[in-house]
Amino acid sequence: MSMTVSLVFLAVLMAVFGGWLFSYSFRVRPWEAQAAGSRQVQGLGGGQVPPAATAPRVGLAVFLAVVTSLFALTISAYLMRQEMAHDWHPLAVPGVLWWNTVCLVLGSVALQLAWRAARHEQPTWLLRGLLAGGGLTIAFILGQALAWRQLQAAGHYLAANPANAFFFLLTALHAAHLLGGLFVWSRCLFRLQQGATPGAMRQSVELCALYWHFLLLVWAILFVLLLRT
Amino acid sequence: MADHGQHSVPHAPAGEFDDMELVHPKTFLGKYVWSQDAKVIAIQYGVTAIAIGLVALVLSILMRLQLGFPNTFALIDPASYLQYVTMHGMIMVVYLLTALFLGAFGNYLIPLMCGARDMAFPYLNMLSYWFYLAAVLILMASFFVPGGATGAGWTLYPPQAISPGTPGIDGGILLMFASLSVFIAGFTMGGLNYVVTVLQARTRGMTLMRLPLTIWGIFMATVMALLAFPALLVAILMMLCDMLLGTSFFMPEMLNLGEQSGHEGGSPLLYQHLFWFFGHPEVYIVALPAFGIVSDILATHARKNIFGYRMMVWAIIIIGVLSFVVWAHHMFVSGMNPYFGFLFATTTLIIAVPTAIKVYNWVLTLWRGNIRMTVPMLFAIGFIFTFVNGGLSGLFLGNVTVDVPLADTYFVVGHFHMVMAVAPVLVVFGAIYHWYPKITGRMMDDTLGKVHFWVTFLGTYAIFYPMHFMGFAGVPRRYYGYGETAYIPDSIQTLNAFMSVAAIIVALVQLVFFYNLVRSYFHGRQAGPNPWQATTLEWQTEHTPPRHGNFGAELPVVYRWAYDYSVPGAKQDFLPQNMPPEAVEADDAAPRRSP
Amino acid sequence: MAIAIAVIVLAVGSVLFFFFSPWYLTPLASNWGAIDDTIQITLWVTGAVFLAVNLFLAYVIVRYRFNKRRRSQYDPENKSLEIWLTGLTTLGIAGLLAPGLVVWASFVAPPEDAHQVEVVGQQWHWSFRFPGEDGRFGSAHNRFIDERNPFGLIDDPVGQDDILITAPHLLLPVDRPVKMVLRSKDVLHNVKVANFRAKMDMVPGQTSYFWFTPTELGEYEIVCAQLCGIAHFAMRGRIEVVEQQTFDAWLAEQPTYAELAERAPGSPEAGEARYTSCAACHGAEGQGNQALNAPKLAGLDAWYLERQLELFRSGARGTHEEDIYGIQMRPFASMLPDRQAIADVAAYIETLPERPLQASLDAGDPERGARRYRTCANCHGQQGQGIRATNGPRLAGMPDWYLERQLQNFRQGIRGRHREDPYGNQMIEMAQVLVDEQAVSDVVAYIMTLPQPGGEMAAVTSAAREE
Repeated sequence: MSMTVSLVFLAVLMAVFGGWLFSYSFRVRPWEAQAAGSRQVQGLGGGQVPPAATAPRVGLAVFLAVVTSLFALTISAYLMRQEMAHDWHPLAVPGVLWWNTVCLVLGSVALQLAWRAARHEQPTWLLRGLLAGGGLTIAFILGQALAWRQLQAAGHYLAANPANAFFFLLTALHAAHLLGGLFVWSRCLFRLQQGATPGAMRQSVELCALYWHFLLLVWAILFVLLLRT
Repeated sequence: MADHGQHSVPHAPAGEFDDMELVHPKTFLGKYVWSQDAKVIAIQYGVTAIAIGLVALVLSILMRLQLGFPNTFALIDPASYLQYVTMHGMIMVVYLLTALFLGAFGNYLIPLMCGARDMAFPYLNMLSYWFYLAAVLILMASFFVPGGATGAGWTLYPPQAISPGTPGIDGGILLMFASLSVFIAGFTMGGLNYVVTVLQARTRGMTLMRLPLTIWGIFMATVMALLAFPALLVAILMMLCDMLLGTSFFMPEMLNLGEQSGHEGGSPLLYQHLFWFFGHPEVYIVALPAFGIVSDILATHARKNIFGYRMMVWAIIIIGVLSFVVWAHHMFVSGMNPYFGFLFATTTLIIAVPTAIKVYNWVLTLWRGNIRMTVPMLFAIGFIFTFVNGGLSGLFLGNVTVDVPLADTYFVVGHFHMVMAVAPVLVVFGAIYHWYPKITGRMMDDTLGKVHFWVTFLGTYAIFYPMHFMGFAGVPRRYYGYGETAYIPDSIQTLNAFMSVAAIIVALVQLVFFYNLVRSYFHGRQAGPNPWQATTLEWQTEHTPPRHGNFGAELPVVYRWAYDYSVPGAKQDFLPQNMPPEAVEADDAAPRRSP
Repeated sequence: MAIAIAVIVLAVGSVLFFFFSPWYLTPLASNWGAIDDTIQITLWVTGAVFLAVNLFLAYVIVRYRFNKRRRSQYDPENKSLEIWLTGLTTLGIAGLLAPGLVVWASFVAPPEDAHQVEVVGQQWHWSFRFPGEDGRFGSAHNRFIDERNPFGLIDDPVGQDDILITAPHLLLPVDRPVKMVLRSKDVLHNVKVANFRAKMDMVPGQTSYFWFTPTELGEYEIVCAQLCGIAHFAMRGRIEVVEQQTFDAWLAEQPTYAELAERAPGSPEAGEARYTSCAACHGAEGQGNQALNAPKLAGLDAWYLERQLELFRSGARGTHEEDIYGIQMRPFASMLPDRQAIADVAAYIETLPERPLQASLDAGDPERGARRYRTCANCHGQQGQGIRATNGPRLAGMPDWYLERQLQNFRQGIRGRHREDPYGNQMIEMAQVLVDEQAVSDVVAYIMTLPQPGGEMAAVTSAAREE
């Protein structure tokens, strides 16, 4: 069953969460009170939150889990529809997608550099990295639009075949998430323009970079899926 | 994704919310309308949800009027009836219960019970409410577009949801899609907050295994909602494409009242899989917070620790996880590959085990307790009774063979109203009576509360219990009227009339509740900070109602779990979570509890 | 205390209600006694748990009611108790599940010797197909459905002998397993006969199935158990379980696909001669005559005329004692000797010129009627033009006095009650949506404002009244 894709994702997620919780609850006797000196009583987050897990990072991780669920389910639907239908005509993926993929990879790399620059307090490189990352992403989205137009021109209309419809749906969903990322990216640029220091930007740039890497991964999976079927 | 400058200090200690900057607006609008205080947002959520819930209540009365006294009311034609069915279901499940438990109770209780000053991302939290309000308004607008609201049933199954012959296929269904999408977006913002706050912003000493079960229930429900709502979103998007762009995700070759529709090859079952992948967890999204809240009410008012706390936590988690692998039990007679029936009947019945454990533990919490028969306690007991009934009838429907004759009959209607309508709503009422003193500083009236409880509890049972027997008799659901159906005896009509009268009485008694709510706000007895002598942190705040920032200058430090009632050796009847072991006065009369 | 009493009374009362209420499973008429057994097992197990938990709850409430001098017992966990309870519950659940799965295994596997019937669902009507002599269904597809090919059969030699039954009445032989193959033309439906226990959704674009063996002779009502739109509640049919010989005789009378295709269409020329006896009342051009209570015929579709003439002839219409004018019509319909004669007359009437009508009544308010009409529009069309697929005849252009009388007749069961008049049955349900005579007048007044064939809007009187 194609729902397996979503279920595997959920199983992994729940196993991680369950394992983490288990490690904190195993052999714990919750009804026992703790004296003032104990470890838990000193740290916030019940003394159970590792320092690297800041609220924005955890927030992003949870959000990425939600997005993963969205894509996993769409992919499940894709596979299921393909299984059920007799009218599936695989789509020849337009060649421009390869170029788009290169753009997105480079964009991700550029944002990674920007993050590095923010950590090392290098304002010029931060700006360059951000501009390159955003620019390449915009190029990617335009490239996707071009691919759509090529398909339309070749007569592969949205409604003509479920394979086409899914191609448009998946790429549109992915592009919509990139656009959301670009909104945050533009706010970063704006703040940089207002004179924010790289140190103050570190958090935002980090979140952007992580989000981009994630969407690159999603794209890689989608692309393989589209190529394979 | 938004940046949060205040936390971007390099190497900030984890979850250091102690000195979190709170937005303290000065204007009335800023304080009560565009507020970023989780407590105000909670009230906003609660009021909006209850208001929309009242609309759904009126719709249910209209349905009952048609069923009890058919062909009497010119207003109710078959199209209106289906619209009432659809909107009642969708509003109650998503816009009332989900929003109320997570949006209202979640916002109010998570920061307070975890010992945090506010939610992790207050701005996002505020946005979440405004999205929710927009979703509600869009939904209401669908009543007023040409053709009216959609009448496809709350499941919105294609093809009928977007095919002629169903009411509201012009504007109504589009607005339904729009409203749900906005709701999901808004919920995601809120949900991120609830999860991150529980994970990150717990105060010192508040370990996971010391969290009150209320928080566990809300937390797990939020996690499930975050993962399940995307399924609904995807399904909606695909159906929207089918409707507007002519794709065929769900739409097969078919006729629209005699005309070829032009679709090709789509699968209506694909939609059902996606829908129930959301829809089944949704049941538990409503149930888990109720499970959590009722546990805390029982413990507090029975002056006893919750029985088997660890089991309760793990039961919540296991129910949450399993609820993702039982979805197709809604589809036993859907025409899917019938061999799936074996798998899904098994997973479904397995989920009954942790659920049963919860019930045992609630009853065992009362066992050897010292039960104060307060209004919240009455509602909690009413919940146990109703939930046991609804849970057991679930064993009929989850067991694939037994389901076949009962599916799509009133047995199903009776079952899910017992288990996910009446039971959680009883908890909602209990919770309101329980926390009202903290929210307003005044007690609600006891006598009015008891009137409200008795009529609601007995009345709803009179409505929904007989429905199971209509189901045995094979009376199909979502019928506008039964006319002359050979196998349905006339006595069913009498029964229907009886249930309708009961429904009207139950609806009317809610006026007593609202009167109590308003009257107590002005004239209720002063409650003091901790009228129920409860242990959890929200009762230990410096001010009642708590101010923005929840606690005084210092965040409380937690030394114990949430259930230290009647601890042997302690003089106090209850030990608040933030009471250090040193402060516990020894009770010389009793032997000390072993360390 | 009161709550403890309430819990006891409700728990015991619920169980007693089960034993003494008149409402329980319909009498079993199929082989699926095993399903009833699983229900019984579940009832006993859940009933016992229900009583046990709630009586214990009531006991606890009474025993541990508030007492100032007492303290609760501090009791965080009790491992062995929890393990016992979990174990017992698991056992109970397994005890419920196992028989369920065993029965399901036979439910999903139709026996080899089962004969097949295809059930086709559509908004809001059932039809059936038998595979014919060769025991195989011809291929069919929704894409090929049109007025002449309502089953969507593809030009397939296997399908030529398929027996098509368009009326929602089916006969099945007793004690012979039957596999019901399910198909839908439009939306989801679900074919349900309460007494047979088994049922399944019908999904457009695919087939589904279930099987059963009818074991009791008799008549059973088919209802639709999956919301399929506005007339979901009126989508009825009938299965008669009969002896094998009766079944064989009945099946032999039903037309095959090939026979239906060969049927000659009605000939207007032949029909013209037959029409002379109709003309006396209905007018030479089928314009109708209110003084003689003869409705207008011109503008009606041949399929509807044929159906009504058949009904008159067979006595399914015009036999109710209060249907005075229907009774008058019957002898005339009986003058038509056979199906072909009926088709001829109907074909002739279709050629008659259509002339717009004036409204003759003014009791109704067309604006209120417009809202009432939205129910009607689903089958009769937004413009009252009639829809063949839903078996809803044309309404626009029909005389208002006639529409009003028929609606009243339907509401009171004077027309449409006969068991061989399925669309009449359906119309009775729908006509009752109009709660009183005013509602009938309103909707008729609205129908008079709909564009009429061959003319402009005719609602002169209602327009005048509004001024």
